[in-house]
Amino acid sequence: MSAKPSLSVTAGAPGLQYAAAGAWTAVHANELEAVIDGAARDLGGEAAAIDMHRVEAFDTYGAWLLERLVRERKAHGGETSIVALPEHYRDLFAAMDEALIVRPQEPPQENRIVSTIEKVGKATAAVGDDLKAIVNMLGAIGAATGTMLKRPSTFRLTSAVHHLDRVGLQAVPIILLITFLIGGIIAQQGFFHFRKFGAETYVVDMLGILILREIGVLIVSIMVAGRSGSSYTAELGSMKMREEIDALRTMGLDPISVLVLPRVFALIIALTFLTFIGSMSALFGGGLVAWFYGGMAPDIFIMRLKEAISITHFKVGMIKAPFMALVIGVVACAQGFAVKGSAESLGLQTTASVVKAIFLVIVLDGLFAVFFASIDM
Amino acid sequence: MTAETAIDVRDLVVGFGDKTVLDHVSVAVKRGEIFGFVGGSGSGKSVLLRSIIGLLPIRGGNIEVLGQDLTRDKDEDVHRAIERRWGVLFQQGALFSSLTVLQNVQFPMREYLTLSKRLMREMAEAKLDMVGLKPDDWNKLPSELSGGMVKRVALARALALDPELVFLDEPTSGLDPISAGEFDALIRTLQRTLELTVFMITHDLESLYTVCDRIGVLAGGKVVALGTIETMLHSEHPWVKSYFRGKRADVLARRLAQEA
Repeated sequence: MSAKPSLSVTAGAPGLQYAAAGAWTAVHANELEAVIDGAARDLGGEAAAIDMHRVEAFDTYGAWLLERLVRERKAHGGETSIVALPEHYRDLFAAMDEALIVRPQEPPQENRIVSTIEKVGKATAAVGDDLKAIVNMLGAIGAATGTMLKRPSTFRLTSAVHHLDRVGLQAVPIILLITFLIGGIIAQQGFFHFRKFGAETYVVDMLGILILREIGVLIVSIMVAGRSGSSYTAELGSMKMREEIDALRTMGLDPISVLVLPRVFALIIALTFLTFIGSMSALFGGGLVAWFYGGMAPDIFIMRLKEAISITHFKVGMIKAPFMALVIGVVACAQGFAVKGSAESLGLQTTASVVKAIFLVIVLDGLFAVFFASIDM
Repeated sequence: MTAETAIDVRDLVVGFGDKTVLDHVSVAVKRGEIFGFVGGSGSGKSVLLRSIIGLLPIRGGNIEVLGQDLTRDKDEDVHRAIERRWGVLFQQGALFSSLTVLQNVQFPMREYLTLSKRLMREMAEAKLDMVGLKPDDWNKLPSELSGGMVKRVALARALALDPELVFLDEPTSGLDPISAGEFDALIRTLQRTLELTVFMITHDLESLYTVCDRIGVLAGGKVVALGTIETMLHSEHPWVKSYFRGKRADVLARRLAQEA
């Protein structure tokens, strides 16, 4: 390793005489800066000479610090001359001599309170923009669907089938597993608590109604928002980043009908289908728990279930599914198109897509609850 | 291995699956020279560069960079020490998109050096100034920059630690001829002042004529020609012939001859 950089005052007339030595390089920049600052502090207005011939290594870091000393001395009225700088370092020092003549202006410090208020305001306005983007996307999908219905041959069937496989078929195992567990947990909790007041037979009523009306579709929607909504946003977002969407536009193709429509269509079919098998799997899980934990034989469970639920409960759950899918699809695609150039923005929009989709799914579920209650379903 | 050799590649074999991309390639780059590497699209130039900087696994051969054998020495510290001494300019710039221009240049400094805030700022500014980027652009994000500016910032980042060796992957591709010419001149100037060794991959005939000291040609997974531009012009290899004595090359050669 090379020697530490140093700058020592040597006696001699006239004026100050410095002798530099050691390695004036990036690795030693920290020590060198202290040395330079020390030299800059005891400035007078007198002239000085810096003898560089014993410097072992010199790079842009050393050159800049030397230049800084020269400039600081000059600001206090002291001229500095560099003596005996080895020939092959001269170009480097000259380059630094020209560097940073114009320093950029530091951005002005903002007032904390003002900037906080500004942030709150901007965030509030952004909520409105988000809503506009979602409604915009919904409208665009509606318009594209209209065009598609006029000329059904323009629908991208291959793409829709491909997405159907990805968001539907490939999601089956995980959806089956999760809903099976949820059904089992609900049944177990029901038996555990209802047993205290001898109402075990009503566990089946609760299980059937809860799963068919609410839990089945909600769990599946939330899973799909996290699994497929996020991938839609990421796909469309990276296509936007790489100008693929612009390329489509310039070819006279509508990105909505090429990219969004098949995706949303696939999502609607897939979510409805997944809700059905998810609900069945949850009932199956509940039934198993009722058998092994609650001591209720399967034929009794099925009989009780038949009495407790009606086709209405099943319909309520299934009617909601396509609307949930539409919300997830619209949010995911709107967020995907909102991605800007950076990787950070892609991550941000993907997160936002999942969070907003889940939030809207739950809000929509609440609205449906009010609606179904008022029409006595 | 002498102190005069910066990169010494011997019998390098690289392949993917059952395809061999580089078949016993040997190249030596001397210290302080600008070495240009050419070859058709898909001939394995980028593969060679990525193998040298350790991004691709190699099947055989030796790679020595700045006197260190990188193929045999698996020690993490040795690799880090060498990586600190080189800079890489990727084809697309590969700037970190969530950091500003200034932060991008400061990133390697922050990782490898202990510097005061002030010095780090000044050094990053000085590097950006050297590559000719205006102060107005220093606080922008990479997505707000033009292609030429991205390359300049990427070069500034590659030079952040005062490397002895820089790898440039098609530095002038995607630039207009004026910017490309300026970039070539910039590389020349920096190479002279900072005493750099430059290993660059390029398609740009003008770069080869004006800045490269020596040129290597890759075709069919092998180095088919190696030497100065004069050697290239006299080579009888069909690819080299059509590259350096094709229509575009003729026009350029005539123009450069006129200027000289």
